[in-house]
Amino acid sequence: MTATNPAIEVSGLTKSYGDHTVLDGVDLTVPEGTVYALLGPNGAGKTTVVNILSALLTPGDGEIRVAGFDVRREPAGVRAAIGVTGQFSAIDELLTGRENLRLMADLAHLDRVTATAAVTVMLERFDLVDAADRRAQTYSGGMKRRLDLAMTLIARPRLIFLDEPTAGLDPRSRRDLWAIVREQVADGVTVLLTTQYLEEADQLADRIGVLDSGRLVAEGTAAELKRRVPGGHVSVQFTDAAGLAAAAAAHPEATTDAEALTLRVPGDGSIAGLRRVLDGLDDDGVAGLTVESPDLDDVFLALTGHATEAPAAEEIPA
Amino acid sequence: MSTTYTVRDSATMLRRNLLHIRRYPSLSIMLVAQPIVFLLVFVYVFGGTLGAGLPGQEGGGDRGDYLVFITPGILIMTVASVALGTAISTATDMTTGIIARFRTMDIARVSVLTGHVLGAVIRTGFAVVIVTAFAFLLGFRSDAGPLGWLGAIGLLILIAFSLTWLTVGMGLAADSVETASNTPLFLVILPFISSAFVPTDAMPAGLRQFAEHQPFTPMIDTLRALVTGAATDSDLWLAIGWCALIALLGYLWSRRLFLRVPAR
Ligand SMILES: Nc1ncnc2c1ncn2[C@@H]1O[C@H](COP(=O)(O)OP(=O)(O)O)[C@@H](O)[C@H]1O
Ligand SMILES: [Mg+2]
Repeated sequence: MTATNPAIEVSGLTKSYGDHTVLDGVDLTVPEGTVYALLGPNGAGKTTVVNILSALLTPGDGEIRVAGFDVRREPAGVRAAIGVTGQFSAIDELLTGRENLRLMADLAHLDRVTATAAVTVMLERFDLVDAADRRAQTYSGGMKRRLDLAMTLIARPRLIFLDEPTAGLDPRSRRDLWAIVREQVADGVTVLLTTQYLEEADQLADRIGVLDSGRLVAEGTAAELKRRVPGGHVSVQFTDAAGLAAAAAAHPEATTDAEALTLRVPGDGSIAGLRRVLDGLDDDGVAGLTVESPDLDDVFLALTGHATEAPAAEEIPA
Repeated sequence: MSTTYTVRDSATMLRRNLLHIRRYPSLSIMLVAQPIVFLLVFVYVFGGTLGAGLPGQEGGGDRGDYLVFITPGILIMTVASVALGTAISTATDMTTGIIARFRTMDIARVSVLTGHVLGAVIRTGFAVVIVTAFAFLLGFRSDAGPLGWLGAIGLLILIAFSLTWLTVGMGLAADSVETASNTPLFLVILPFISSAFVPTDAMPAGLRQFAEHQPFTPMIDTLRALVTGAATDSDLWLAIGWCALIALLGYLWSRRLFLRVPAR
Protein backbone atom coordinates (compact mmCIF):
# COMPACT_ATOMS: atom_id res chain seq x y z
CA MET A 1 0.00 0.00 0.00
CA THR A 2 1.51 3.31 -1.01
CA ALA A 3 0.80 6.58 0.70
CA THR A 4 -1.35 7.78 -2.17
CA ASN A 5 -3.75 4.83 -2.04
CA PRO A 6 -6.83 5.21 0.11
CA ALA A 7 -7.17 2.65 2.90
CA ILE A 8 -10.65 1.73 1.71
CA GLU A 9 -12.02 2.17 -1.77
CA VAL A 10 -15.51 0.94 -2.57
CA SER A 11 -17.56 1.65 -5.64
CA GLY A 12 -20.94 0.32 -6.66
CA LEU A 13 -21.11 -2.24 -3.85
CA THR A 14 -24.28 -4.30 -3.84
CA LYS A 15 -25.45 -7.25 -1.78
CA SER A 16 -28.72 -9.08 -1.73
CA TYR A 17 -30.19 -12.16 -0.11
CA GLY A 18 -32.59 -13.68 -2.62
CA ASP A 19 -34.60 -10.73 -3.85
CA HIS A 20 -34.02 -8.77 -0.64
CA THR A 21 -31.55 -6.03 -1.53
CA VAL A 22 -29.43 -5.16 1.46
CA LEU A 23 -26.81 -2.90 -0.16
CA ASP A 24 -27.80 -0.92 -3.19
CA GLY A 25 -24.75 0.67 -4.81
CA VAL A 26 -22.56 1.98 -1.99
CA ASP A 27 -19.54 4.14 -2.86
CA LEU A 28 -17.07 5.19 -0.26
CA THR A 29 -13.45 6.20 0.00
CA VAL A 30 -11.54 6.41 3.24
CA PRO A 31 -8.10 8.03 3.02
CA GLU A 32 -5.33 6.63 5.18
CA GLY A 33 -5.16 7.95 8.72
CA THR A 34 -8.74 9.22 8.78
CA VAL A 35 -11.90 8.14 10.59
CA TYR A 36 -15.05 7.36 8.67
CA ALA A 37 -18.36 6.77 10.40
CA LEU A 38 -21.25 4.88 8.85
CA LEU A 39 -24.34 6.23 10.52
CA GLY A 40 -27.61 4.38 10.23
CA PRO A 41 -30.44 2.68 12.11
CA ASN A 42 -30.83 -1.06 12.69
CA GLY A 43 -31.10 -2.93 9.42
CA ALA A 44 -29.52 -0.16 7.32
CA GLY A 45 -26.73 -2.50 6.19
CA LYS A 46 -23.84 -1.33 8.39
CA THR A 47 -22.78 -4.79 9.55
CA THR A 48 -23.08 -6.09 5.99
CA VAL A 49 -20.63 -3.42 4.80
CA VAL A 50 -18.18 -4.23 7.60
CA ASN A 51 -18.44 -7.98 6.92
CA ILE A 52 -17.80 -7.51 3.21
CA LEU A 53 -14.85 -5.19 3.84
CA SER A 54 -13.34 -7.73 6.24
CA ALA A 55 -13.72 -10.53 3.67
CA LEU A 56 -16.20 -12.39 5.85
CA LEU A 57 -19.05 -12.12 3.40
CA THR A 58 -18.99 -12.36 -0.40
CA PRO A 59 -20.06 -9.10 -2.01
CA GLY A 60 -22.55 -8.88 -4.87
CA ASP A 61 -21.27 -6.41 -7.47
CA GLY A 62 -18.78 -3.62 -7.08
CA GLU A 63 -15.11 -2.87 -6.74
CA ILE A 64 -13.83 -3.27 -3.21
CA ARG A 65 -10.23 -2.64 -2.22
CA VAL A 66 -9.09 -2.71 1.39
CA ALA A 67 -5.52 -1.71 2.23
CA GLY A 68 -4.83 -2.03 -1.47
CA PHE A 69 -6.09 -5.63 -1.67
CA ASP A 70 -9.06 -6.84 -3.65
CA VAL A 71 -11.39 -8.48 -1.11
CA ARG A 72 -12.47 -11.18 -3.55
CA ARG A 73 -9.08 -12.17 -4.93
CA GLU A 74 -6.76 -11.34 -2.03
CA PRO A 75 -8.73 -11.99 1.16
CA ALA A 76 -5.62 -13.14 3.03
CA GLY A 77 -3.94 -9.80 2.31
CA VAL A 78 -7.01 -8.00 3.62
CA ARG A 79 -7.06 -10.12 6.78
CA ALA A 80 -3.40 -9.47 7.45
CA ALA A 81 -3.94 -5.72 7.20
CA ILE A 82 -7.06 -5.23 9.29
CA GLY A 83 -8.33 -5.56 12.83
CA VAL A 84 -12.04 -6.10 13.39
CA THR A 85 -14.19 -5.58 16.44
CA GLY A 86 -17.59 -6.81 15.42
CA GLN A 87 -20.99 -5.83 16.71
CA PHE A 88 -21.18 -8.89 18.93
CA SER A 89 -18.67 -9.74 21.61
CA ALA A 90 -15.76 -11.75 20.19
CA ILE A 91 -13.92 -12.80 23.30
CA ASP A 92 -13.37 -16.26 24.73
CA GLU A 93 -15.46 -16.19 27.88
CA LEU A 94 -13.85 -19.30 29.37
CA LEU A 95 -10.41 -17.72 29.26
CA THR A 96 -9.14 -14.92 31.45
CA GLY A 97 -8.49 -11.47 30.05
CA ARG A 98 -4.76 -12.17 30.05
CA GLU A 99 -5.21 -15.50 28.27
CA ASN A 100 -7.46 -13.90 25.66
CA LEU A 101 -4.83 -11.28 24.90
CA ARG A 102 -2.07 -13.86 24.86
CA LEU A 103 -4.10 -15.94 22.41
CA MET A 104 -4.31 -12.97 20.05
CA ALA A 105 -0.62 -12.16 20.44
CA ASP A 106 0.30 -15.76 19.59
CA LEU A 107 -2.02 -15.82 16.60
CA ALA A 108 -0.41 -12.58 15.45
CA HIS A 109 2.84 -14.57 15.56
CA LEU A 110 4.61 -12.26 17.97
CA ASP A 111 7.64 -13.80 19.65
CA ARG A 112 7.38 -14.73 23.35
CA VAL A 113 9.06 -11.66 24.78
CA THR A 114 7.15 -9.22 22.57
CA ALA A 115 3.88 -11.04 23.23
CA THR A 116 4.29 -10.95 27.01
CA ALA A 117 5.17 -7.26 26.91
CA ALA A 118 2.26 -6.46 24.60
CA VAL A 119 -0.21 -8.26 26.87
CA THR A 120 1.00 -6.27 29.89
CA VAL A 121 0.76 -2.98 28.01
CA MET A 122 -2.77 -3.73 26.79
CA LEU A 123 -4.00 -4.79 30.24
CA GLU A 124 -2.75 -1.50 31.64
CA ARG A 125 -3.98 0.71 28.85
CA PHE A 126 -7.43 -0.88 28.86
CA ASP A 127 -7.75 -0.76 32.64
CA LEU A 128 -7.99 -4.53 33.01
CA VAL A 129 -5.04 -5.19 35.31
CA ASP A 130 -7.16 -6.09 38.35
CA ALA A 131 -9.39 -8.38 36.30
CA ALA A 132 -6.56 -9.84 34.22
CA ASP A 133 -6.69 -13.28 35.79
CA ARG A 134 -10.44 -13.60 36.06
CA ARG A 135 -12.52 -15.38 33.46
CA ALA A 136 -13.92 -12.97 30.90
CA GLN A 137 -17.45 -14.25 31.52
CA THR A 138 -17.38 -12.45 34.88
CA TYR A 139 -16.61 -9.07 33.23
CA SER A 140 -19.10 -6.23 32.96
CA GLY A 141 -20.35 -5.10 29.54
CA GLY A 142 -17.87 -2.23 29.45
CA MET A 143 -14.93 -4.46 30.45
CA LYS A 144 -15.86 -7.03 27.81
CA ARG A 145 -15.98 -4.33 25.18
CA ARG A 146 -12.57 -3.02 26.27
CA LEU A 147 -11.08 -6.51 26.19
CA ASP A 148 -12.63 -7.06 22.78
CA LEU A 149 -11.00 -3.92 21.45
CA ALA A 150 -7.68 -4.68 23.14
CA MET A 151 -7.66 -8.08 21.42
CA THR A 152 -8.12 -6.34 18.08
CA LEU A 153 -5.43 -3.76 18.74
CA ILE A 154 -2.71 -5.96 20.26
CA ALA A 155 -1.47 -6.89 16.79
CA ARG A 156 -1.25 -3.16 15.95
CA PRO A 157 -3.30 -3.21 12.74
CA ARG A 158 -3.09 -0.05 10.63
CA LEU A 159 -6.74 -0.26 9.62
CA ILE A 160 -9.53 -1.11 12.04
CA PHE A 161 -13.25 -1.75 11.67
CA LEU A 162 -15.46 -1.10 14.66
CA ASP A 163 -19.07 -2.19 14.28
CA GLU A 164 -21.22 -0.28 16.79
CA PRO A 165 -18.39 -0.22 19.33
CA THR A 166 -20.39 1.55 22.03
CA ALA A 167 -23.80 -0.08 21.63
CA GLY A 168 -25.24 -0.87 25.03
CA LEU A 169 -22.51 0.91 27.00
CA ASP A 170 -23.09 3.42 29.76
CA PRO A 171 -21.95 7.01 29.08
CA ARG A 172 -18.69 6.62 30.98
CA SER A 173 -17.64 3.45 29.18
CA ARG A 174 -18.61 5.14 25.94
CA ARG A 175 -16.28 8.03 26.68
CA ASP A 176 -13.46 5.61 27.61
CA LEU A 177 -13.87 3.92 24.26
CA TRP A 178 -13.88 7.19 22.39
CA ALA A 179 -10.58 8.09 24.07
CA ILE A 180 -9.07 4.80 22.93
CA VAL A 181 -10.22 5.36 19.36
CA ARG A 182 -8.74 8.86 19.41
CA GLU A 183 -5.38 7.47 20.54
CA GLN A 184 -5.37 5.09 17.61
CA VAL A 185 -6.13 7.96 15.26
CA ALA A 186 -3.28 9.95 16.76
CA ASP A 187 -1.03 7.00 15.91
CA GLY A 188 -2.11 7.28 12.30
CA VAL A 189 -4.45 4.29 12.26
CA THR A 190 -7.34 4.38 9.80
CA VAL A 191 -10.73 3.70 11.38
CA LEU A 192 -14.07 2.75 9.89
CA LEU A 193 -16.77 2.66 12.52
CA THR A 194 -20.51 2.24 12.46
CA THR A 195 -22.90 3.83 14.88
CA GLN A 196 -26.50 4.72 15.50
CA TYR A 197 -25.53 7.89 17.35
CA LEU A 198 -24.99 11.16 15.52
CA GLU A 199 -23.08 12.43 18.55
CA GLU A 200 -20.64 9.56 18.34
CA ALA A 201 -20.00 10.11 14.66
CA ASP A 202 -19.62 13.81 15.39
CA GLN A 203 -17.11 13.15 18.19
CA LEU A 204 -14.90 10.75 16.30
CA ALA A 205 -15.24 10.94 12.56
CA ASP A 206 -13.64 13.08 9.90
CA ARG A 207 -16.38 12.09 7.50
CA ILE A 208 -19.80 10.59 8.04
CA GLY A 209 -21.84 8.53 5.61
CA VAL A 210 -25.54 8.20 6.33
CA LEU A 211 -26.79 4.75 5.37
CA ASP A 212 -30.49 4.19 4.79
CA SER A 213 -31.80 0.83 3.57
CA GLY A 214 -28.54 -0.02 1.86
CA ARG A 215 -28.03 3.37 0.23
CA LEU A 216 -25.71 6.19 1.24
CA VAL A 217 -28.16 9.07 1.37
CA ALA A 218 -25.70 11.71 2.50
CA GLU A 219 -22.02 12.08 3.10
CA GLY A 220 -19.90 14.80 4.58
CA THR A 221 -18.25 16.17 7.66
CA ALA A 222 -20.29 16.40 10.85
CA ALA A 223 -20.60 20.16 10.34
CA GLU A 224 -21.88 19.71 6.80
CA LEU A 225 -24.49 17.23 7.90
CA LYS A 226 -25.63 19.32 10.82
CA ARG A 227 -26.08 22.30 8.56
CA ARG A 228 -28.69 20.21 6.81
CA VAL A 229 -30.31 19.34 10.13
CA PRO A 230 -30.27 22.68 11.87
CA GLY A 231 -32.57 22.58 14.84
CA GLY A 232 -33.04 19.19 16.35
CA HIS A 233 -36.61 18.83 17.48
CA VAL A 234 -39.16 19.57 20.15
CA SER A 235 -40.72 16.60 21.91
CA VAL A 236 -44.12 17.21 23.42
CA GLN A 237 -45.81 14.67 25.64
CA PHE A 238 -49.59 14.93 25.90
CA THR A 239 -51.92 13.82 28.65
CA ASP A 240 -54.49 12.32 26.26
CA ALA A 241 -54.85 11.05 22.72
CA ALA A 242 -57.22 13.85 21.68
CA GLY A 243 -54.65 16.52 22.50
CA LEU A 244 -52.02 14.60 20.58
CA ALA A 245 -54.29 14.24 17.55
CA ALA A 246 -55.16 17.94 17.52
CA ALA A 247 -51.51 19.00 17.73
CA ALA A 248 -50.50 16.43 15.10
CA ALA A 249 -53.05 17.92 12.72
CA ALA A 250 -51.58 21.37 13.28
CA HIS A 251 -48.04 20.11 12.56
CA PRO A 252 -48.11 17.86 9.48
CA GLU A 253 -44.29 17.75 9.42
CA ALA A 254 -44.18 16.15 12.89
CA THR A 255 -44.06 12.45 13.75
CA THR A 256 -46.36 10.97 16.37
CA ASP A 257 -45.81 8.17 18.81
CA ALA A 258 -49.37 7.24 19.80
CA GLU A 259 -48.27 4.83 22.51
CA ALA A 260 -46.09 7.32 24.34
CA LEU A 261 -48.57 10.13 23.48
CA THR A 262 -45.61 12.06 22.11
CA LEU A 263 -45.32 14.44 19.22
CA ARG A 264 -41.92 15.14 17.71
CA VAL A 265 -41.79 18.45 15.86
CA PRO A 266 -38.66 19.15 13.82
CA GLY A 267 -37.20 22.51 14.72
CA ASP A 268 -35.09 24.95 12.76
CA GLY A 269 -33.12 26.09 15.77
CA SER A 270 -34.80 29.48 15.88
CA ILE A 271 -36.76 31.00 18.76
CA ALA A 272 -39.54 31.90 16.33
CA GLY A 273 -39.87 28.27 15.32
CA LEU A 274 -40.02 27.15 18.92
CA ARG A 275 -42.63 29.83 19.71
CA ARG A 276 -44.82 28.63 16.83
CA VAL A 277 -44.85 25.18 18.38
CA LEU A 278 -45.58 26.50 21.88
CA ASP A 279 -48.36 28.82 20.72
CA GLY A 280 -50.48 25.93 19.57
CA LEU A 281 -50.25 24.07 22.87
CA ASP A 282 -52.65 24.05 25.77
CA ASP A 283 -50.97 23.95 29.18
CA ASP A 284 -53.45 21.46 30.67
CA GLY A 285 -53.05 18.98 27.85
CA VAL A 286 -49.24 18.78 28.01
CA ALA A 287 -47.43 16.43 30.36
CA GLY A 288 -43.91 17.32 29.35
CA LEU A 289 -41.80 19.14 26.79
CA THR A 290 -38.15 18.87 25.80
CA VAL A 291 -36.04 20.64 23.20
CA GLU A 292 -33.49 18.17 21.77
CA SER A 293 -30.31 18.71 19.77
CA PRO A 294 -30.21 16.81 16.46
CA ASP A 295 -29.99 13.03 16.67
CA LEU A 296 -30.12 10.23 14.15
CA ASP A 297 -33.88 10.52 13.77
CA ASP A 298 -33.60 14.19 12.86
CA VAL A 299 -30.88 13.46 10.34
CA PHE A 300 -33.08 10.83 8.79
CA LEU A 301 -36.15 12.94 8.72
CA ALA A 302 -34.24 15.78 7.11
CA LEU A 303 -32.31 13.68 4.61
CA THR A 304 -34.76 10.98 3.63
CA GLY A 305 -38.12 12.47 4.46
CA HIS A 306 -38.95 9.50 6.65
CA ALA A 307 -38.18 8.50 10.20
CA THR A 308 -35.81 5.63 10.95
CA GLU A 309 -37.71 2.46 10.25
CA ALA A 310 -36.58 0.58 13.29
CA PRO A 311 -36.28 2.46 16.54
CA ALA A 312 -32.68 3.12 17.49
CA ALA A 313 -32.84 0.31 19.99
CA GLU A 314 -29.91 -0.37 22.25
CA GLU A 315 -28.33 -3.64 21.32
CA ILE A 316 -26.49 -5.08 24.24
CA PRO A 317 -23.56 -7.15 23.04
CA ALA A 318 -23.62 -10.62 24.57
CA MET B 1 1.58 -16.69 5.72
CA SER B 2 -1.19 -19.16 6.39
CA THR B 3 0.65 -22.35 5.48
CA THR B 4 3.92 -21.47 7.20
CA TYR B 5 2.12 -20.89 10.45
CA THR B 6 -0.19 -23.92 10.40
CA VAL B 7 1.83 -25.75 13.05
CA ARG B 8 2.23 -22.73 15.28
CA ASP B 9 -1.43 -21.75 15.02
CA SER B 10 -2.52 -25.32 15.72
CA ALA B 11 -0.34 -25.38 18.85
CA THR B 12 -1.90 -22.08 19.96
CA MET B 13 -5.41 -23.42 19.38
CA LEU B 14 -4.52 -26.64 21.18
CA ARG B 15 -3.51 -24.58 24.23
CA ARG B 16 -6.85 -22.81 24.04
CA ASN B 17 -8.74 -26.09 23.92
CA LEU B 18 -6.78 -27.58 26.80
CA LEU B 19 -7.68 -24.52 28.87
CA HIS B 20 -11.33 -25.06 27.97
CA ILE B 21 -11.12 -28.71 29.01
CA ARG B 22 -9.57 -27.69 32.31
CA ARG B 23 -12.15 -24.95 32.93
CA TYR B 24 -15.07 -27.27 32.27
CA PRO B 25 -14.20 -30.54 34.00
CA SER B 26 -17.79 -31.74 34.44
CA LEU B 27 -18.00 -32.78 30.78
CA SER B 28 -14.80 -34.81 31.07
CA ILE B 29 -16.03 -36.48 34.23
CA MET B 30 -19.32 -37.40 32.58
CA LEU B 31 -17.52 -38.77 29.53
CA VAL B 32 -15.29 -41.04 31.66
CA ALA B 33 -18.06 -42.06 34.01
CA GLN B 34 -20.13 -43.58 31.23
CA PRO B 35 -17.73 -46.37 30.19
CA ILE B 36 -16.91 -47.05 33.84
CA VAL B 37 -20.60 -47.57 34.59
CA PHE B 38 -20.84 -49.93 31.60
CA LEU B 39 -17.80 -51.82 32.86
CA LEU B 40 -19.30 -52.23 36.34
CA VAL B 41 -22.73 -53.26 35.07
CA PHE B 42 -21.39 -55.74 32.55
CA VAL B 43 -18.88 -57.32 34.90
CA TYR B 44 -21.00 -57.51 38.04
CA VAL B 45 -24.53 -57.84 36.67
CA PHE B 46 -24.03 -59.85 33.49
CA GLY B 47 -20.45 -61.03 33.97
CA GLY B 48 -21.16 -64.33 35.70
CA THR B 49 -23.59 -65.50 33.03
CA LEU B 50 -21.83 -64.02 30.01
CA GLY B 51 -18.47 -65.32 31.22
CA ALA B 52 -19.84 -68.84 31.30
CA GLY B 53 -20.70 -68.50 27.62
CA LEU B 54 -17.23 -67.51 26.50
CA PRO B 55 -15.72 -70.02 24.10
CA GLY B 56 -12.25 -71.56 24.37
CA GLN B 57 -12.40 -72.15 28.11
CA GLU B 58 -13.06 -75.39 29.93
CA GLY B 59 -16.74 -75.31 30.93
CA GLY B 60 -16.87 -71.61 29.96
CA GLY B 61 -15.21 -68.81 31.85
CA ASP B 62 -16.05 -66.82 34.96
CA ARG B 63 -16.57 -63.19 35.87
CA GLY B 64 -12.81 -62.56 35.76
CA ASP B 65 -12.51 -63.97 32.24
CA TYR B 66 -15.37 -61.77 31.16
CA LEU B 67 -13.65 -58.68 32.57
CA VAL B 68 -10.64 -59.48 30.41
CA PHE B 69 -12.91 -60.10 27.42
CA ILE B 70 -14.78 -56.78 27.57
CA THR B 71 -12.01 -54.41 28.69
CA PRO B 72 -10.86 -53.71 25.10
CA GLY B 73 -14.44 -52.96 24.05
CA ILE B 74 -14.89 -50.68 27.04
CA LEU B 75 -11.67 -48.84 26.14
CA ILE B 76 -12.97 -48.24 22.65
CA MET B 77 -16.28 -47.08 24.10
CA THR B 78 -14.26 -44.63 26.17
CA VAL B 79 -12.72 -43.28 22.98
CA ALA B 80 -16.19 -43.04 21.38
CA SER B 81 -17.57 -41.34 24.47
CA VAL B 82 -14.88 -38.64 24.42
CA ALA B 83 -15.42 -38.22 20.67
CA LEU B 84 -19.09 -37.58 21.38
CA GLY B 85 -18.04 -34.92 23.86
CA THR B 86 -15.96 -33.30 21.14
CA ALA B 87 -19.03 -32.93 18.92
CA ILE B 88 -20.67 -31.08 21.81
CA SER B 89 -17.68 -28.86 22.53
CA THR B 90 -17.15 -28.06 18.85
CA ALA B 91 -20.79 -27.10 18.37
CA THR B 92 -20.71 -25.00 21.53
CA ASP B 93 -17.53 -23.31 20.39
CA MET B 94 -19.06 -22.40 17.03
CA THR B 95 -21.76 -20.39 18.79
CA THR B 96 -19.19 -18.17 20.50
CA GLY B 97 -18.14 -14.82 19.15
CA ILE B 98 -14.45 -15.57 19.12
CA ILE B 99 -14.88 -17.93 16.17
CA ALA B 100 -16.15 -14.97 14.13
CA ARG B 101 -13.02 -13.12 15.18
CA PHE B 102 -10.75 -15.98 14.09
CA ARG B 103 -12.35 -15.78 10.67
CA THR B 104 -11.28 -12.16 10.31
CA MET B 105 -7.67 -12.98 11.19
CA ASP B 106 -4.82 -14.01 8.98
CA ILE B 107 -4.29 -17.42 10.55
CA ALA B 108 -4.32 -21.00 9.32
CA ARG B 109 -8.06 -21.42 9.71
CA VAL B 110 -8.10 -25.17 9.94
CA SER B 111 -6.01 -24.77 13.11
CA VAL B 112 -9.27 -24.00 14.93
CA LEU B 113 -10.31 -27.58 14.14
CA THR B 114 -6.89 -29.13 14.67
CA GLY B 115 -6.91 -27.55 18.12
CA HIS B 116 -10.17 -29.35 18.90
CA VAL B 117 -8.93 -32.67 17.55
CA LEU B 118 -5.57 -32.61 19.33
CA GLY B 119 -7.23 -31.47 22.55
CA ALA B 120 -9.68 -34.35 22.24
CA VAL B 121 -6.90 -36.88 21.67
CA ILE B 122 -5.17 -35.72 24.85
CA ARG B 123 -8.46 -35.84 26.76
CA THR B 124 -8.98 -39.37 25.41
CA GLY B 125 -5.54 -40.33 26.67
CA PHE B 126 -6.47 -39.31 30.20
CA ALA B 127 -9.84 -41.04 29.98
CA VAL B 128 -8.29 -44.28 28.71
CA VAL B 129 -5.70 -44.27 31.49
CA ILE B 130 -8.41 -43.81 34.11
CA VAL B 131 -10.63 -46.54 32.67
CA THR B 132 -7.68 -48.94 32.30
CA ALA B 133 -6.66 -48.31 35.90
CA PHE B 134 -10.23 -49.07 36.89
CA ALA B 135 -10.19 -52.34 34.98
CA PHE B 136 -6.97 -53.34 36.79
CA LEU B 137 -8.62 -52.41 40.07
CA LEU B 138 -11.46 -54.81 39.27
CA GLY B 139 -8.95 -57.56 38.64
CA PHE B 140 -7.93 -57.22 34.99
CA ARG B 141 -4.60 -58.98 34.39
CA SER B 142 -2.77 -59.45 31.13
CA ASP B 143 0.26 -61.21 29.69
CA ALA B 144 0.88 -58.44 27.20
CA GLY B 145 4.47 -57.23 27.00
CA PRO B 146 5.59 -53.60 26.56
CA LEU B 147 5.30 -53.97 22.79
CA GLY B 148 1.69 -55.07 23.09
CA TRP B 149 0.83 -52.12 25.32
CA LEU B 150 2.68 -49.73 23.04
CA GLY B 151 0.70 -51.09 20.11
CA ALA B 152 -2.51 -50.72 22.09
CA ILE B 153 -1.71 -47.09 22.90
CA GLY B 154 -0.89 -46.40 19.25
CA LEU B 155 -4.11 -47.99 18.08
CA LEU B 156 -6.22 -46.11 20.63
CA ILE B 157 -4.65 -42.80 19.58
CA LEU B 158 -5.36 -43.61 15.96
CA ILE B 159 -8.98 -44.48 16.71
CA ALA B 160 -9.38 -41.35 18.82
CA PHE B 161 -7.90 -39.23 16.04
CA SER B 162 -10.22 -40.64 13.37
CA LEU B 163 -13.43 -40.66 15.42
CA THR B 164 -12.72 -37.11 16.54
CA TRP B 165 -12.39 -35.76 13.01
CA LEU B 166 -15.77 -37.34 12.35
CA THR B 167 -17.41 -35.85 15.45
CA VAL B 168 -15.85 -32.42 14.84
CA GLY B 169 -17.69 -32.54 11.52
CA MET B 170 -20.88 -33.51 13.31
CA GLY B 171 -20.43 -30.62 15.71
CA LEU B 172 -19.95 -28.22 12.79
CA ALA B 173 -22.91 -29.61 10.84
CA ALA B 174 -25.27 -29.48 13.82
CA ASP B 175 -27.63 -26.52 13.92
CA SER B 176 -27.68 -26.64 17.72
CA VAL B 177 -25.66 -28.01 20.60
CA GLU B 178 -28.57 -30.35 21.28
CA THR B 179 -28.30 -31.91 17.81
CA ALA B 180 -24.55 -32.18 18.24
CA SER B 181 -25.02 -34.27 21.35
CA ASN B 182 -27.48 -36.59 19.60
CA THR B 183 -25.97 -37.35 16.17
CA PRO B 184 -22.82 -39.08 17.48
CA LEU B 185 -24.81 -41.35 19.82
CA PHE B 186 -24.52 -44.17 17.28
CA LEU B 187 -20.81 -44.26 18.09
CA VAL B 188 -21.70 -45.39 21.60
CA ILE B 189 -24.38 -47.81 20.37
CA LEU B 190 -22.35 -49.48 17.61
CA PRO B 191 -19.90 -51.28 19.95
CA PHE B 192 -22.89 -53.22 21.34
CA ILE B 193 -23.39 -54.79 17.91
CA SER B 194 -19.76 -55.85 17.62
CA SER B 195 -17.41 -58.28 19.24
CA ALA B 196 -17.12 -56.03 22.30
CA PHE B 197 -19.48 -57.76 24.72
CA VAL B 198 -20.15 -61.18 23.26
CA PRO B 199 -18.42 -63.16 20.52
CA THR B 200 -20.18 -62.44 17.23
CA ASP B 201 -20.74 -66.20 16.67
CA ALA B 202 -23.50 -66.06 19.25
CA MET B 203 -25.58 -63.59 17.19
CA PRO B 204 -28.38 -64.42 14.70
CA ALA B 205 -27.21 -64.50 11.06
CA GLY B 206 -28.13 -60.96 9.88
CA LEU B 207 -26.83 -59.27 12.99
CA ARG B 208 -23.70 -61.37 12.92
CA GLN B 209 -22.90 -60.29 9.38
CA PHE B 210 -23.30 -56.67 10.36
CA ALA B 211 -21.26 -57.12 13.52
CA GLU B 212 -18.44 -58.87 11.71
CA HIS B 213 -18.14 -56.21 9.03
CA GLN B 214 -18.61 -52.99 10.95
CA PRO B 215 -15.44 -50.99 11.71
CA PHE B 216 -15.51 -51.42 15.49
CA THR B 217 -15.09 -55.19 15.34
CA PRO B 218 -11.59 -55.30 13.80
CA MET B 219 -10.58 -52.42 16.10
CA ILE B 220 -11.81 -54.28 19.17
CA ASP B 221 -10.39 -57.65 18.09
CA THR B 222 -6.99 -56.09 17.41
CA LEU B 223 -6.98 -54.21 20.69
CA ARG B 224 -7.99 -57.39 22.50
CA ALA B 225 -5.09 -59.26 20.93
CA LEU B 226 -2.69 -56.46 21.85
CA VAL B 227 -3.71 -56.10 25.50
CA THR B 228 -3.95 -59.83 26.19
CA GLY B 229 -0.60 -60.60 24.62
CA ALA B 230 -2.07 -62.64 21.77
CA ALA B 231 -0.86 -62.40 18.18
CA THR B 232 -2.56 -59.83 15.93
CA ASP B 233 -3.88 -60.90 12.53
CA SER B 234 -5.15 -59.21 9.38
CA ASP B 235 -7.68 -57.37 11.56
CA LEU B 236 -4.84 -55.02 12.47
CA TRP B 237 -4.64 -53.74 8.90
CA LEU B 238 -8.39 -53.64 8.58
CA ALA B 239 -8.58 -51.56 11.75
CA ILE B 240 -5.87 -49.19 10.53
CA GLY B 241 -7.58 -48.94 7.15
CA TRP B 242 -10.92 -48.05 8.73
CA CYS B 243 -9.25 -45.42 10.92
CA ALA B 244 -7.46 -43.85 7.97
CA LEU B 245 -10.65 -43.75 5.93
CA ILE B 246 -12.77 -42.28 8.74
CA ALA B 247 -10.08 -39.72 9.57
CA LEU B 248 -9.72 -38.62 5.96
CA LEU B 249 -13.45 -38.31 5.32
CA GLY B 250 -13.99 -36.60 8.68
CA TYR B 251 -11.17 -34.16 7.98
CA LEU B 252 -12.37 -33.25 4.49
CA TRP B 253 -15.95 -32.90 5.63
CA SER B 254 -15.06 -30.75 8.68
CA ARG B 255 -12.75 -28.56 6.65
CA ARG B 256 -15.39 -27.93 4.04
CA LEU B 257 -18.00 -27.09 6.66
CA PHE B 258 -15.68 -24.72 8.49
CA LEU B 259 -14.23 -22.92 5.51
CA ARG B 260 -17.53 -22.16 3.83
CA VAL B 261 -18.41 -18.50 4.02
CA PRO B 262 -20.54 -18.03 7.11
CA ALA B 263 -24.16 -17.15 6.50
CA ARG B 264 -24.18 -14.41 9.12
N1 LIG C 1 -28.02 -13.72 6.23
C1 LIG C 1 -28.99 -12.87 5.91
N2 LIG C 1 -30.06 -13.28 5.20
C2 LIG C 1 -31.04 -12.42 4.87
N3 LIG C 1 -31.07 -11.13 5.21
C3 LIG C 1 -30.04 -10.65 5.93
C4 LIG C 1 -28.96 -11.49 6.32
N4 LIG C 1 -28.08 -10.75 7.03
C5 LIG C 1 -28.59 -9.51 7.07
N5 LIG C 1 -29.78 -9.44 6.43
C6 LIG C 1 -30.62 -8.24 6.25
O1 LIG C 1 -29.81 -7.21 5.76
C7 LIG C 1 -30.24 -5.97 6.26
C8 LIG C 1 -29.04 -5.22 6.79
O2 LIG C 1 -28.55 -5.89 7.93
P1 LIG C 1 -27.29 -5.37 8.74
O3 LIG C 1 -26.16 -5.16 7.81
O4 LIG C 1 -27.07 -6.31 9.86
O5 LIG C 1 -27.80 -3.98 9.28
P2 LIG C 1 -27.22 -3.08 10.47
O6 LIG C 1 -25.89 -3.62 10.87
O7 LIG C 1 -27.14 -1.71 9.90
O8 LIG C 1 -28.21 -3.15 11.58
C9 LIG C 1 -31.30 -6.25 7.27
O9 LIG C 1 -32.55 -6.00 6.67
C10 LIG C 1 -31.15 -7.72 7.56
O10 LIG C 1 -32.38 -8.29 7.85
MG1 LIG D 1 -25.28 -4.27 12.69
